[in-house]
Amino acid sequence: MAEALLTLQDILVQYGEVPILEVPSMAVHAGEVLAVIGPNGAGKSTLLRVMGLLEQPIRGRVTFQGQEVTRDNALTLRRRLASVFQEPLLLNASVYENAILGLKLRGLDRETARQRVRPWLERLGIAHLAERSARSLSGGEAQRTSLVRALALNPDLLLLDEPFSALDPPTREGLLLDLETVLRETKITTVFVTHERSEASILGDSVAVLIGGRFRQVGPSVEVFTQPVNEEVAQFVGVETTLSGVVEMATAGLACVRFNGGDALVVGDFRPGERVLLCLRPEDITLSPPGAEALRSSARNRLAGTVVKVTPWGTHFRVVVDCDGSRLVALITRPSFTDLGLAEAQPVVASFKATAVHVIRLR
Amino acid sequence: MELILEGVFTAFRLVFSGDADVWAITRLSLTVSGAATLIALILGIPLGIALAMTRFPGRAIVVALVNTGMGLPPVVVGLFISILLWRSGPLGFLNLIYTPAAMVIAQVVIAFPIVAGLTMAAFQTLNPKLRLQLLGIGASRPQLLWLLCKEAQLPLLAAVMAGFGGVISEVGSVLMVGGNIKGQTRVLTTATVLETSMGNFGIAIALGVILLTLAFGVNFILTRIQQREQIRWPRPS
Amino acid sequence: MPGPTLRTLVLVASALVLGMPLSTWVAEPANRIIVLATGHTLRDSGLLDVLIPLFEKKTGYVVRPIAVGTGQALAMGKRGDADVLLTHDPEAEAPLVKEGYLINRRQFMHNDFIIVGPAQDPARIARTKSAATAFRQIAEAKVTFVSRGDDSGTHKREQALWNAAGLSPTRPWYVEAGQGMGATLGIASQKQAYTLTDRATFLNLQKTLALKILLEGDPALLNLYSVMEVNPAKHPKANHAGARAFSDFLISDEARGLIRDYGKDRFGQPLYFLGPVK
Repeated sequence: MAEALLTLQDILVQYGEVPILEVPSMAVHAGEVLAVIGPNGAGKSTLLRVMGLLEQPIRGRVTFQGQEVTRDNALTLRRRLASVFQEPLLLNASVYENAILGLKLRGLDRETARQRVRPWLERLGIAHLAERSARSLSGGEAQRTSLVRALALNPDLLLLDEPFSALDPPTREGLLLDLETVLRETKITTVFVTHERSEASILGDSVAVLIGGRFRQVGPSVEVFTQPVNEEVAQFVGVETTLSGVVEMATAGLACVRFNGGDALVVGDFRPGERVLLCLRPEDITLSPPGAEALRSSARNRLAGTVVKVTPWGTHFRVVVDCDGSRLVALITRPSFTDLGLAEAQPVVASFKATAVHVIRLR
Repeated sequence: MELILEGVFTAFRLVFSGDADVWAITRLSLTVSGAATLIALILGIPLGIALAMTRFPGRAIVVALVNTGMGLPPVVVGLFISILLWRSGPLGFLNLIYTPAAMVIAQVVIAFPIVAGLTMAAFQTLNPKLRLQLLGIGASRPQLLWLLCKEAQLPLLAAVMAGFGGVISEVGSVLMVGGNIKGQTRVLTTATVLETSMGNFGIAIALGVILLTLAFGVNFILTRIQQREQIRWPRPS
Repeated sequence: MPGPTLRTLVLVASALVLGMPLSTWVAEPANRIIVLATGHTLRDSGLLDVLIPLFEKKTGYVVRPIAVGTGQALAMGKRGDADVLLTHDPEAEAPLVKEGYLINRRQFMHNDFIIVGPAQDPARIARTKSAATAFRQIAEAKVTFVSRGDDSGTHKREQALWNAAGLSPTRPWYVEAGQGMGATLGIASQKQAYTLTDRATFLNLQKTLALKILLEGDPALLNLYSVMEVNPAKHPKANHAGARAFSDFLISDEARGLIRDYGKDRFGQPLYFLGPVK
């Protein structure tokens, strides 16, 4: 991997007695887009403020481009990066004046500033709004202005703090895709904070999961989403079914795990007697009526159970099934739902492939 | 009625004949109160910003003091400044009592809490997150303060008006620390009091009219600036 | 990048302050300044506005006349906050001179107090010849009497007269204004009440007042003005040279001429007389 652009070492932020953020070691590498995900209150915004040199941790070191951040060089280093926040706060002036603000703060003359800002206004589709008052913009337009304000600075590091979460879904999607293009083309090193898994997987090369002020897992995006390291992370990255059990039998590359309510075949090298946690994403579980032999299905694991709860879930239905005390959550399409004629308290068979199970070893 | 007419007539005569005494008194009024307001702004705006944007031990006490100070009776200020500046007082060696400088000091004490309090209120209307956003695109501390002042400039103008209006029209403290000396420390308010007690109601009314006109003129200009701002930047409907 | 509004404002304010001559802000050297503490009546009559410019022109001193009332003026002298005093309360002046706070007391001019009141004269004091009798009649008739109530020379004299009449006046008919002579006369006029005033102030304000002179000429109403210097031995910071110069100036021929003629043009009679006695 490329050199570390920004590193955090032994960072502690606490308000009063409550620790908000504890980072023993962390690095952002040049050229990567790092998505930091975590629930509300996990310390994501605090992390971004520390990275953006906007908040001084009570302990620890921050380095940027190999230089340790000190009181004396903080402004110089801070001017090599740019932060964009959830709520785009613009000054009471025109869109254009807001867009060139960062450049003016760096003492650039108006002509140079104009040349730097123009292409960005075009690129984010707000050139026609340039003379409008910033107070008259919609939320999406304002956030685009705020992004231009940051991108025009050519930052070495771009920090985005939930930039889409205040926008309505269509506006959010449009901006998300535009930003994805910009980041892919410019290769600006970016740290992007969100609590939306979908945004993280669209933009992020790497994903870091921050829960309770600590990093729980950092790695390539696919790895974090499919192979969470523990139950907490699993739940946050979209695993809704977790079954704890014991390995009964193991052969090369395959194991049988017994858990409360049944057993299941999983892929991997295990030893009998090992305690494990089985993780299943709801879209990997299919449901069928009891008795009907699902010959078409390649699923090796079949569990009989009862429907506990059915919830409409956008274009899908979310179904909770109880299999002898173990709870499984499945996401099924509307047509399947209609075919099955599912209702609460009805018996049903839940099946999933051995390869769909992510296994976490428990200590 | 006759008295009022005579007063208004005298006022016109004094103003349009460019009476030297009246002109000097008016000029001193403007200068003393202008200087006091300016100093109060220089001291009060930073304090107001600090109170609005930072948390420190004892802040609640300072805020309470500022709020109390906003209603400080001028005569009480006059009394304490006099005691300090009298030749027998602790600051007597400065030799400032009964000078325009002493009047400026007293008026600064009156205007400073007004400016600080209203500045604090003005900055509290700003989104607290704006600070981070401006720092986040590379503002230095001084740039940040300047941008925030610009952003809060309408309520800040109110602070200026209130500060100036408070001191140009106050009589208690300038009388005590200035002594109302003819040609040296006599300002519009103290001259009005004196002329009234001397029975020169015409001149007193004239001075009052000039004072009113001044206060109105200053406020009119500032209000015009405010209105212009609002026309230039319409609020979203 | 300054906002046009804020920038304009800062410029205007700066221009205001800088537009004034520097001398406004720079204090005169202490030895050129004479702080003159005086009662209200002298300033209100306008006499000082005639005397001081002449003195300043002749000597180059700058006089700061502070009109505060005789009681306060004496207190300022005792504290050393003034250099020279012009007061008119012999009984209060004497002890300070005796204790050495004030020196070189000279009773350089006088005029008189008068009792004024409504033309109808409900207490019938116009017929009496003595102030004490007049005060007694006012008290008996319980007609409103407005007192200065401000520890001024006039107030002290009024209190002395009540003492001489063997009375201590009481509310509600006895009213204390707590203000200067002009304001007190105004109140007496509005209330159609009696009051004690110096002649100069009354003549000055006469046309705005619905009051008449009802008693004058009693020797007890003599109003003696003294000039005194603050003792430099007690207060080394006091500008004694200046005080002495001003004090000497008041008994110079030039000043005496001005005092003797002051008011003749406006009132047809002088407001002040030279020397301690008629």
